[in-house]
Amino acid sequence: MTESTDWPLWEVFVRSRRGLSHTHAGSLHAPDAEMALRNGRDLYTRRNEGVSLWVVPSAAITASSPDEKDSFFEPAGDKPYRHPTFYDIPEGVKHL
Amino acid sequence: MTGPTTDAPAVTAAALALGDDALVLSHRLGEWAGHAPVLEEEVALANIALDLLGQARILLSRVGDEDELAYLREERAFRNLQLVEQPGGDFAHTIARQLYFSTYQAFLYAELARTEGPFTALATKAVKEVDYHRDHAEQWTLRLGDGTVESHTRMQRAVDALWRYTGEMFQPIDGLTATHGTDWAALQASWDESIGETLRGATLTLPETPRSGAWTAGAGRQGLHTEPFGRMLAEMQHLHRSHPGASW
Repeated sequence: MTESTDWPLWEVFVRSRRGLSHTHAGSLHAPDAEMALRNGRDLYTRRNEGVSLWVVPSAAITASSPDEKDSFFEPAGDKPYRHPTFYDIPEGVKHL
Repeated sequence: MTGPTTDAPAVTAAALALGDDALVLSHRLGEWAGHAPVLEEEVALANIALDLLGQARILLSRVGDEDELAYLREERAFRNLQLVEQPGGDFAHTIARQLYFSTYQAFLYAELARTEGPFTALATKAVKEVDYHRDHAEQWTLRLGDGTVESHTRMQRAVDALWRYTGEMFQPIDGLTATHGTDWAALQASWDESIGETLRGATLTLPETPRSGAWTAGAGRQGLHTEPFGRMLAEMQHLHRSHPGASW
């Protein structure tokens, strides 16, 4: 296996069932989007994991920087009232 | 796996022919494991190989013991097309071989699935796999043919080199004609149209050289094979013959 490919990297998202959202499954190399879909099918859905696939060029993803972690996420830490934990959940409601 | 059924001899012969096609091509594709240009493509080829191996197992177990058939037969007893035994060559040769064979298999299995006969159940299941194999080969043919000067040259060379083995695919298999009423001339017409369209789309030239000769027409189906096949069989059968009855 040589590193001879300059193929771009793609991020693969798999929807495992209807009604669920697409979940990041991993990444792969492919020459273009159509081939990325096919490679994604072979790499991530061959054990019946999915009903729908998305591929996105990795370069198109803008990620938050680890350096900004504190200012991005920490202020939420001491604000428990943002979570809907102060309500009584009626019996019989399993998924809320 | 179930034992051999009580099929008519012509049906058994048909199962052997189709099963050998799948088995031999499966082994040829498996040869790419560890050698494919990129990891993603290696998985794709191995996936196709496993689909074919599954088809081979179902078909050969209708004929007899699948292991005996795969590992203990001599070259002359195999009934596969000469096309599928051709070495992988460069990646373009592998793709051209896939394009020719999976297009043939896609049309044939679609026909078998549509008609009532001894291969309806197998074809109904396999046709979805085969459609993907064909799509994979077509996508690559388009990209290699309409890619760089180098990839175009190699793809054209591969398409030309394997052309002489394509005539054999449309030699009637009696066991299919008698039971499913397979129309081989129509099968060839569909194949020609599809291949012509794919090659044109890939900016490749449809070969005009003979698609069979005195030495190829129907030869693989009669047990006459090309030189590389003996070496392939030696590798495929070596382990089983060295350690009879070995298991995992």
